[in-house]
Amino acid sequence: MSQILKMVAQRFALGFLTLFIVSLIIFLGIELLPGDIAEEILGQSATPETVAAFRKELGLDVPAHIRYFDWLWGMLQGDMGRSLANKREISELIGLRFGNTLFLAVTAAAISVPLALTLGVLAALYRHSFYDRAVNVVTLSSISFPEFFVAYILIFLVSVTFPIFPSIANISDATPFWDKVYKVLLPALTLTLVVVAHMMRMTRAAIINLLASPYIEMANLKGLSRARVIVKHALPNALAPIINVVVINLAYLIVGVVVVEVVFVYPGLGQLMVDSVSKRDLPVVQASAMIFAGTYVLLNLLADILSILTNPRLLHPR
Amino acid sequence: MNATLKLLASAPWSAKFGIFIILGYAFVAIFAPVLTPYGETEIVGAEFELWGDGFILGTDSLGRDMLTRLIYGARNTIGIAFLTTILAFLLGSVTGFLAAAISGWVDQLLSRVVDVLMAIPALIFGLLVLTIVGTSITNMVLVIAVLESTRVFRLARAVAMGIVVMDYVEAARLRGEGLWWIMSREVLPNALPPLVAEFGLRFCFVFLFISALSFLGLGIQPPTADWGSMVRDNATLITFGDITPLMPAAAIALLTVAVNFVVDWFLHKASGLKE
Amino acid sequence: MSEQSDQDILLRIRGLRIEGMSGDSWQEIVHGVDLDLRKGEVLGLIGESGAGKSTIGLAAMGYARDGCRITGGEILFDGMDLAAAKDSEKRHLWGSRISYVAQSAAAAFNPAHRLIDQFTEAPVQHGLSDKATSEAEARELFARLQLPDPDGIGQRYPHQVSGGQLQRAMTAMAMSCKPDLIIFDEPTTALDVTTQIEVLAAIRDAVEAFGTAAIYITHDLAVVAQMADRIMVLRHGNLVEEGETRSMLADPKETYTQNLLAVRSFKSAEMANPVGEEPLLRVDNVTAAYGKIPVLHGVSVDIHKKRTVAVVGESGSGKSTLARVITGLLPAASGAVSYNGEILPPNYRQRSKDQLRRMQMIYQMPDTALNPRQRIRDIIGRPVAFYLGLSGKQLEDRVRELLSLIELEPDDYIDRLSTELSGGQKQRICIARALAAEPQLIICDEVTSALDQLVAEEILKLLQRLQDELDLSYMFITHDLATVRAIADEVVVMLQGEVVEHGSKTEMFKPPHHDYTDLLLSSVPEMDPDWLDDLLAERAELAKQGRVLKAADH
Repeated sequence: MSQILKMVAQRFALGFLTLFIVSLIIFLGIELLPGDIAEEILGQSATPETVAAFRKELGLDVPAHIRYFDWLWGMLQGDMGRSLANKREISELIGLRFGNTLFLAVTAAAISVPLALTLGVLAALYRHSFYDRAVNVVTLSSISFPEFFVAYILIFLVSVTFPIFPSIANISDATPFWDKVYKVLLPALTLTLVVVAHMMRMTRAAIINLLASPYIEMANLKGLSRARVIVKHALPNALAPIINVVVINLAYLIVGVVVVEVVFVYPGLGQLMVDSVSKRDLPVVQASAMIFAGTYVLLNLLADILSILTNPRLLHPR
Repeated sequence: MNATLKLLASAPWSAKFGIFIILGYAFVAIFAPVLTPYGETEIVGAEFELWGDGFILGTDSLGRDMLTRLIYGARNTIGIAFLTTILAFLLGSVTGFLAAAISGWVDQLLSRVVDVLMAIPALIFGLLVLTIVGTSITNMVLVIAVLESTRVFRLARAVAMGIVVMDYVEAARLRGEGLWWIMSREVLPNALPPLVAEFGLRFCFVFLFISALSFLGLGIQPPTADWGSMVRDNATLITFGDITPLMPAAAIALLTVAVNFVVDWFLHKASGLKE
Repeated sequence: MSEQSDQDILLRIRGLRIEGMSGDSWQEIVHGVDLDLRKGEVLGLIGESGAGKSTIGLAAMGYARDGCRITGGEILFDGMDLAAAKDSEKRHLWGSRISYVAQSAAAAFNPAHRLIDQFTEAPVQHGLSDKATSEAEARELFARLQLPDPDGIGQRYPHQVSGGQLQRAMTAMAMSCKPDLIIFDEPTTALDVTTQIEVLAAIRDAVEAFGTAAIYITHDLAVVAQMADRIMVLRHGNLVEEGETRSMLADPKETYTQNLLAVRSFKSAEMANPVGEEPLLRVDNVTAAYGKIPVLHGVSVDIHKKRTVAVVGESGSGKSTLARVITGLLPAASGAVSYNGEILPPNYRQRSKDQLRRMQMIYQMPDTALNPRQRIRDIIGRPVAFYLGLSGKQLEDRVRELLSLIELEPDDYIDRLSTELSGGQKQRICIARALAAEPQLIICDEVTSALDQLVAEEILKLLQRLQDELDLSYMFITHDLATVRAIADEVVVMLQGEVVEHGSKTEMFKPPHHDYTDLLLSSVPEMDPDWLDDLLAERAELAKQGRVLKAADH
């Protein structure tokens, strides 16, 4: 048991180290730029005085390491500085939007995870059948579609041709919960279509791999019923690979959200980030990038830890 | 040549379809100036003209011919994606092979750098870097090439690791062969099939990545014709029930589907040979 | 089988045809095989790779693996045709009346469950027993199969138990419902020889005690001779010969069977070491480690000109590590390797081209020893060009000469890829590649163990002929004592990184010796059907005198 604790602790340490390095890259990336970021953003026409003022505003007059620790310390306390574009507190801008993004991602996950797992397991169980081959072609196609293509097809179908859902998901704090769900359904469906294909292909591969193991053949040759073979022999060993598949795809979902938010004009973190990139509002981009990357790293860490905790060889050491 | 034709004849319909489509795109991209009725950035009519005489697919938000832009888009979008993929491949596979062949601290260093780069989602990293260096085609190509090369590195390293431990490589080492011989004669020929398949997959990712950035207005910049930004610029038409903006998006989808079909067949073939 | 004993027949197979998926099409791999098995009888299925023995064994249960299908014939088990039976009907029989023992117990036990739960699963699920009764029976069977701590071992998970014990636990699991028939599919092939004995003895004892019928599948005629009442010899999916064990061993009818039986009779004349001559290779008190784990402790070996030294040991004995130290892949921590009196740099990178040239290596797996993307011309030609600087016509002539030397027709083979060759042919190419460097010493690392027995023997004969013609010295690393008998002049026995004994072949095969040497030597199965009985009796006798010969299977 101590071995497993040690491994989990190691993963945690590694995860936090990664987060630390990621934050370094995100914050200090500007140092790698040849020349001056202030001049770069303001353009050549700026006077030396404006550049100097802007440098001060960015805090560039302070040495990088101090600036970094100030920023990191602020981040940890929820103080992310001010936006360059509209001078508002970034935490104010981001707080609500991050909540919206999570709401969208969770809705998409709630639809896609059960759907993908069911479809994937079925495809694996009925391998080489017509269903399996059809699913292979369909999913292969749908992972090839750009997210905005899927989104506009859906808009064209269910909000223009048959006006069932709104094509703009403009929710706010005041929107009632069920209204929110209704408005977020189309973006969520778009994400679902994109993620399900990936997730079910991976599930199928994991299950097929598992069903080919000699101990499954042995369970069959012991005359156990199909159901028992699956539940008692395949499932306990399938947990680790399936958890892995789910978490990887959740991480993917968090990122895939960016494009979908733009299409549906959804007030989420992704849209804020894209807007800020075109305005070159560096502090906001840094804060959003840190939140996206942090979620991504933490999800991967979770996958790692869960797969350790479900490995019988580690749970029952020699 | 004959063997190649025979192999193609034995391919499943999906792969044949894929090859046909890819060849079609290549043809359109190469002969774009011949095939188009107007110039790439030429304003030839009113804004958002409907389908009809003169403008088969109508005009865009600035009054440029849609069909012309669509055809030039093939050239620009595919060309840039192809170039980026090649860059990513050169960078990723050379470093991956070196890491496997030299191992030791070189491998450790490269692998840790790649680990960190991969810990940040590519799109987010891309957005961050583009904020710092500014949006331009060169910047985008370099940023995406570096980000995608991390995945190529992982694969190239893993494949090469699998080959380097083979007895025939050990035999070559014990014979006294140098690093160059071992890499070029023993490792590379055997690493080629998985790398070719990976090239197809990477191209799809890069292509979708560039399209997404362009769609967000952060990739290929106007007035260059490009499919991602064409969707963005004309998206409003959809709400009026016009499917024109879906066409560049469909063009992207069709090519990625085609490449994926071919890669899928190739992977199936390659794994079948091993058994 | 005569028809009058119909009452006794448990399993009757008629005209069994099985197809396998190869590439994109189905191909027949079993071509109409008949088989009869009486109640309580043990039938041995024997054959080389590709004979279809495992496929037939599984088909006896009405089961075909993915990529295989039963296309014709009847499989009558106690009157019921399993070839035509529904899945649910077959599942009713599987585990309860017919059970299966797989080659690798480590892979065939579910890693997520305790051994005892996997044991009781079949009886409880088939409704033959309740959990408590079944657990009690498990403890009895574990004891009968001589597992250590029969009361507690069931509480362990598969990865907590050693390979030999796991194989016995699997046999116990197969007997959990007291079935009428057990299929044993190469149950000892993955084990070391010294462990194999105990598993064989345990299986035979249990099968006899319960009067269970069995089909015992193996490639090793000597093993099957101990286990089976009757033997069927298979080749390429056809029956070659069938008969009672003793009569078949005494008087095989078919040439193929005769060859299989004769396979271990090849024996080179032993040559004594020359007196007062400097050895070609001297390994002097070598110690080596992988990282911090020591694997060799003060090993010394001498190899003289034109002699063959066999290094014998089981897995983990350090015999392959010794080869890596000699070739310089794993530099020794202390001690020295000298060649013709000159000390070699420990790391191969520091050795001169000529030092590398004079010592060549042949590997266990010809599949991985040849680059699948190169043609034979390049594989053999490269060392000729690299070391001897030949090119053009001279190079081509030399490659052809080498191909003739290893008995492959140059015109047929020079432009082929190695993937187009059979295992034996590949190994010949490996030999040619080694010879191309014109070495004095060749290190052979288990060169015959991946090959079928008849092919292996051809390779040994070829190596012996080459030694006589080209004055070569060999270091032969092997776990197979039959190989040692065939080719060695001198034998070195290794155990856990140390040399426990060495001497001439004649000395080594004459007892008494170090306990481990005796254990190892006596564990090699012989064709004599009484061998196992005699051996067990002998060991019991020795044990009374206080000398216990038993594998360290923990």
